[in-house]
Amino acid sequence: MDEFLIEIQNLKKYFPLKRGIFSKGQYVHAVDDVSVQIPSRKIFSIVGESGSGKTTFGRTILRLIEPTSGKIIYKGQDIMNLSQKEMITFRKKMQIVFQDPYNSLHPRRLVKDIIGEGLYIHEKISSNEILERVKAILKKVGLNEDHMFRYPHEFSGGQRQRIAMARALILNPEFIVLDEPTSALDVSVQATILDLLIDLKNTFSLTYLFITHNLAVVDYISDFVAVMYLGQIVEIGSKDDIFTLPSHPYTYALLSAIPDPDPKRKRSRTIPKGEIPSAVNPPQGCRFHPRCPYAKEICKRSDPAVIEASKGHFVKCHFPLR
Amino acid sequence: MKDAILTVKNLKVVFHTYRGTVHALDRINFTVLKNERFGIIGETGCGKSVTSLAIMRLIEQPGEIVEGEIVFDGKDLVKTQESILNTIRGREISMIFQEPLSSLNPVMKVGFQIGESIAKIKNTSIKSCRQEVFEALKAVDLDPTRVSNLYPHELSGGMAQRIMIAMALSSNPKLLIADEPTSALDVTIQAQIMNLLDDLVSKMNNTVILITHDLGVAAQFCDKIMIMYAGTVVEQAKTEELFDNPLHPYTKGLLKAIPKVGNRDKLTGIPGSVPDLVNPPSGCRFHPRCPYAMKICSVEKPPLTEMNPGHLVACHLYGDKNG
Amino acid sequence: MTLTEKISDFMEKRRPILEDWKHTFFLWRRTKLAIIGTVIVIVFVLVAIIGPFFIPYDPLSQNMAERLQPPSLKHFFGTDQFGRDIFSRVVSGSMIEVEIIIIVSIISGGIGLILGVIAGYFGGAIDEILMRATDMFLAFPSLILAMAFAAMLGPSLINTIIAISLVGWTVFARLARAEAMKVKNQPYIEAIRALGASRTRIISIHVTPMCVSPVLVQLTLRMGTVILTAASLGFLGLGVRPPLPEWGAMVSDGRSFLLDQWWISTFPGIAIAIVVLGFNLLGDGLRDIMDPRLRR
Repeated sequence: MDEFLIEIQNLKKYFPLKRGIFSKGQYVHAVDDVSVQIPSRKIFSIVGESGSGKTTFGRTILRLIEPTSGKIIYKGQDIMNLSQKEMITFRKKMQIVFQDPYNSLHPRRLVKDIIGEGLYIHEKISSNEILERVKAILKKVGLNEDHMFRYPHEFSGGQRQRIAMARALILNPEFIVLDEPTSALDVSVQATILDLLIDLKNTFSLTYLFITHNLAVVDYISDFVAVMYLGQIVEIGSKDDIFTLPSHPYTYALLSAIPDPDPKRKRSRTIPKGEIPSAVNPPQGCRFHPRCPYAKEICKRSDPAVIEASKGHFVKCHFPLR
Repeated sequence: MKDAILTVKNLKVVFHTYRGTVHALDRINFTVLKNERFGIIGETGCGKSVTSLAIMRLIEQPGEIVEGEIVFDGKDLVKTQESILNTIRGREISMIFQEPLSSLNPVMKVGFQIGESIAKIKNTSIKSCRQEVFEALKAVDLDPTRVSNLYPHELSGGMAQRIMIAMALSSNPKLLIADEPTSALDVTIQAQIMNLLDDLVSKMNNTVILITHDLGVAAQFCDKIMIMYAGTVVEQAKTEELFDNPLHPYTKGLLKAIPKVGNRDKLTGIPGSVPDLVNPPSGCRFHPRCPYAMKICSVEKPPLTEMNPGHLVACHLYGDKNG
Repeated sequence: MTLTEKISDFMEKRRPILEDWKHTFFLWRRTKLAIIGTVIVIVFVLVAIIGPFFIPYDPLSQNMAERLQPPSLKHFFGTDQFGRDIFSRVVSGSMIEVEIIIIVSIISGGIGLILGVIAGYFGGAIDEILMRATDMFLAFPSLILAMAFAAMLGPSLINTIIAISLVGWTVFARLARAEAMKVKNQPYIEAIRALGASRTRIISIHVTPMCVSPVLVQLTLRMGTVILTAASLGFLGLGVRPPLPEWGAMVSDGRSFLLDQWWISTFPGIAIAIVVLGFNLLGDGLRDIMDPRLRR
């Protein structure tokens, strides 16, 4: 079995909802009792629609958002127990790349300062050495050194994501959260960025947590996949488990809703009805039951347990499809 | 041969900015036939949205239609007066946008706004349109009594887009332009909306222009697809023909770059990025990124020529056939 | 590397900044009023700096033989009740106004920026306290408040500056706070947090520079008001002490002679009006130019 880089146990993040002084405090259940194990040097994808809590999950793991409860065990050490100061040194190991290439780079700083930021913070080296390191990393992400003295607005979306990747890589991290890194890009560019991500993972022996809504991208890039719905993981397994034997009705629905870029294969018309309910008052029982075509009485009442459909393939459903 | 409902000839649109003139559309030509579902596909900055705005004559300063004709139902919209255009917009040509919420007034109830648009078309009072509003909402699978009393901020993205469709189709327009109608939505909701649009349009026999960057959405919905790149039309064909037998290097590149579920072959992106339209490349605008670029490509703009019946392509690779 | 290579290398590295300036210049050229404002302000500053070297008379020394002379070739703007040349006084007074503007801008802009960014970035209790404090300041008409401070501190140039700065910082604090609140939630700040940057570093290096430009624009817009407040304080006897040629005090000096010797009050009054107008035109223009909707 693979060794795990990160083990997440019962992670919860509830955001308090601001209401009137006298009304009862309500919470958005953004991440609700999630446990996953992320294997070393693999690409682990989290798929979900908007409001599934996938983005919050990614940030909570890095403690960019403090979790409500739960454990985040990184190589045997629970990082929830680290002090603010210890956390700062620890951040060298875990990085993040954001979705929006236009807002994720400081608009008033030169590329060399954006990429070199991590070195300024953590390493006491001269600015010449920093420049050398920035130069080297720029080459690795497919940019050249005269890009150093430019501002982010001069770059295209794809180039900006390369810069963001360089910023994340300069501290030699082990783990990178990729939060929809290609969703804002055109398809012709997306393909090159995906390949770059795979290359970099192999060169630097990285572990990725890849967050996305695009199943086709997941199929292309990942080793393991977790499907999230309303703050919970409903199905988790290897890529083959999820794509060839989807067991949760929601996974199945997601797969059938993708518009196939092949006019001869018409999309199936069995798509889930309705929309994602609010995470403030998630449905009782199974959270997917109001949209599930197979929902029965028990689904409304009791929260399904997680069952192992096959080895390493888990599904949270009363009536898994297989 | 079916009748053309919209013919765009030599349409050229520019935007005047401080950096210089942006050549947004460079003499594009296309024809949309009656009852056709015509897809315009392209990536950021290819001019697909500018095309739709030009058809609606909604290009505003600093933009300008420099030359060309947009013949809709026998009238050249470029030369039509604003007062007449107002009778065409919303009645004969309707439009759905990517951000439905930005086209709704945030302080008025949804039912009232739909009523207002129907009343304007029918020249009656809003009150007398109550029945039509309910029917319009029912047609898009919404609960009329509940939804008509909501304010726009209470709508989800999917509901808002359904309402935009209800409003756009309430006049039974001859031409419906849908500009990225599902790009801001989740896949399951996108599928719902596209199915809904499919059903309604089949029932009402409208002509549709679907503008999208998503080849999957277009493949499932359109009869004919036109591919645009950097303000030019590069290829146009029946949907199946286009996917089976793409001719233009850009189309080929696009098809190879899309990740597909169940297909784990290596993707190949198109190197480089979209050109700056202030200084567009000479000749064929795709030549700097084209793997097959020849000498002539940087010199001469390739004409749009018909290779197979109904299959048009603008590329010098196929220049021999027409001399 | 030769010198020319070095220069061209330097220019190449700074090209984006130059581009940005070019764009600003382009927008500026399109707004006529901003051009007029700029010209007035430049002339005003030039007069303040080099004027004192060219004035025909000592602005402070009295000459009873030539008191209350009307404007003539000898005394362009006439003389006052002590025989001082009003032209020389107006010209050398401009330096006092420039001093007031610069020091007030630095103090009130600086305080406002720092407090605003801290309030905006941290939020919570710190924010509440600071913002209620600005509410208190903003609840009073600014001139009344400035008068109160000036009366408390006693009339002098320094105290005028302190009084105006104390009144003015609140506006900048609010602006900087709003900007900091916006900036702190941007992904680029989150990315820097993920790199492990300390709060001090994030605030000083990454957030504050983003909050400077709205404060700067507002400062320019307020410069007219600063002059007006300083002049008002001078006029009321709460500001700069005579015999220093502060324009407001000069208007006040000529008050009792207004009917027969109109020039004593009028010329410094015109100077105030023109300079205030200049700053307001420039400020309005700058606000339009800095408007992100117009840029790119």
